[in-house]
Amino acid sequence: MDILLQVLVTGIATGGVYGLIALGFVLIYKATSILNLATGAFMTLGAFVCLSVMTGAGAPFWAALLATLVFAVVLGLVIERVILRQLIGEPIISVIMVTIGLAFILQGLAHMIWSPDYRSFPEIFPPEPLDLGFAVVPSGLLWGFIFALIGTFIFILIFKFSRTGVAMRATANDQQAALSMGISVRRIFALSWCFGAIAAVIGGVVIGNISGISIYLGDIGLKVLAVIILGGLDSIGGAILGGFIIGILENLAGIYIDPLVGGGAKGVAPFFILVLVIMVRPYGLFGKEIIERV
Amino acid sequence: MRCGDFKENYIKDEEIFQSLFVKFWLGLFLAFLLIFPFIANPYALYVSNMIGFAVIAAVGLNLLTGFTGQISLGHAAFAGVGGYTAAVLITRFDFSFWLALPCAGVVAALAGLVIGIPSLRVKGLYLCIATLAAQFIFEFIFIHWESITHGVRGINVPPPRIGSFLLNTEKRFYFLTLFMVILAVGYARNLVRTRVGRAFVAIRDRDLAAEIIGINLFRYKLTSFAISSFYAGVAGALWVSFIRIVTPEHFPFHLSIQYLAMVIVGGLGSVLGSVFGAIFMTLVPEILNVLSGALVESFKLSSQVFIPLKEVVFGSLIVVFLIFEPLGLAEIWRRVKAFFLLWPFSY
Repeated sequence: MDILLQVLVTGIATGGVYGLIALGFVLIYKATSILNLATGAFMTLGAFVCLSVMTGAGAPFWAALLATLVFAVVLGLVIERVILRQLIGEPIISVIMVTIGLAFILQGLAHMIWSPDYRSFPEIFPPEPLDLGFAVVPSGLLWGFIFALIGTFIFILIFKFSRTGVAMRATANDQQAALSMGISVRRIFALSWCFGAIAAVIGGVVIGNISGISIYLGDIGLKVLAVIILGGLDSIGGAILGGFIIGILENLAGIYIDPLVGGGAKGVAPFFILVLVIMVRPYGLFGKEIIERV
Repeated sequence: MRCGDFKENYIKDEEIFQSLFVKFWLGLFLAFLLIFPFIANPYALYVSNMIGFAVIAAVGLNLLTGFTGQISLGHAAFAGVGGYTAAVLITRFDFSFWLALPCAGVVAALAGLVIGIPSLRVKGLYLCIATLAAQFIFEFIFIHWESITHGVRGINVPPPRIGSFLLNTEKRFYFLTLFMVILAVGYARNLVRTRVGRAFVAIRDRDLAAEIIGINLFRYKLTSFAISSFYAGVAGALWVSFIRIVTPEHFPFHLSIQYLAMVIVGGLGSVLGSVFGAIFMTLVPEILNVLSGALVESFKLSSQVFIPLKEVVFGSLIVVFLIFEPLGLAEIWRRVKAFFLLWPFSY
């Protein structure tokens, strides 16, 4: 029983972080219908930039985080303007492959600039784990979770109440209608990429805090695909809930299925869930049911 | 259009070798391919073998992605299934290589059928993600089904043999590869001008319309998946017998992307294009290797810089081709030909 509770708590904490990264996918998909497979590379770059500003310039964490966010905005804008805008209206395979190509470029650049060595983040949070009585949450996970929650909350507030957020939702709903209401769809596309990049780099910084930084940090981005498929590709709430579910199931698999198959179940469990969801309910828990069957 | 080149019926129009001229040059090229191993060094032959395996896999993937319009991000997994099937059949059950090769293709095709089933329910993005998940699930199976695959240690595979003649050098294997490549390309080129090939294209262009004019989507989508994975399985089996070992590391996600990149850079929906794409995408890293070796020598740079350079170049090639030449090398080839056809009086 103790183990189960502990696993649940760890799962929820990891799930929060997954949810934040999933937001990076969903924010871009919702407005532009592009699945950004370079999200993982965004995370890696974000984590490295944050680390470099902290160790290189000796800046405090909040300043480094601010710098990382500025970097994310620039990254998102440049990529949207230079690459993705050329591909509007192209078939889906082109758009997917272009984001994969992008992932290779960014990953390679990170490798060139920062070398593949593993590094740990300087300690920025108090190291004491939180003892809930029935379970213990490691400090990195706890702060990552809190961070992810705050980030997600801010995104939801922007989306629900700000003018820009309303414009973004309108664009996601119907681009023609949005255009005729005087919303610049181009600006919204650029903005979505900024938001997506911001969510991804924060995710990267958080993961870097939990498990250290290497150029392979972004590989977790592919796992998060399971989260967004489960939650529904275009649902922000779904991304959060999906994050928790995948986080918990993944950790359960790590404890209960690993001994049966000799390890590795934790890493592959999300993909099994992904396939199941696609077979049974492709639009996920809260996604729009617009899947065309033939 | 070439002057005086009139087609009077569809059969003529669909011919693969359209003129004596084409036949002549192809014959010359084939002769060159046959002489090539006697003049090339082992390294060049090694690269040519790798190109051969890539051509087979890429042509297969193009049948699925370029002609039928179904995206597969898990093609390396099918190559892996083929490779492992061949390895297990040869080492455990004493199959001869010549029997194991088609078996590898068939088992890979069965795996492709299973993965293809979601394609009947979902398409586009969702199929893409489903095949991506399949890639990771297969990788997991390769690593953890210890009793069959021997986990990360892999299986050692003996080289193929004809009687007592071992195909154990790059040169000897080259002829096998060449034969298989010609077979694969020839079959694909012929397939796309049959009823099946036209059904594939109809499905790609508009699946609903295809269904309405009487194409059985269920059957043709799965056929496409099966043929395409058969190609991948054969490529995997050949590769495994060439390098004489199979481990899970040989079939990573990266390889799936590489196959797709070959298809895209070569040109979606063109058999010739995938051949170009496979040659091009295999040669570029090798050329970079040679170049970077020279640069490291002359400038005393650390060779560390050049490992990621390959990734950057690889990614850039994908992006640049998609933006500037979406029809790929096949289109460039067509334009060059058209330019020289009437040169120097093109107007």
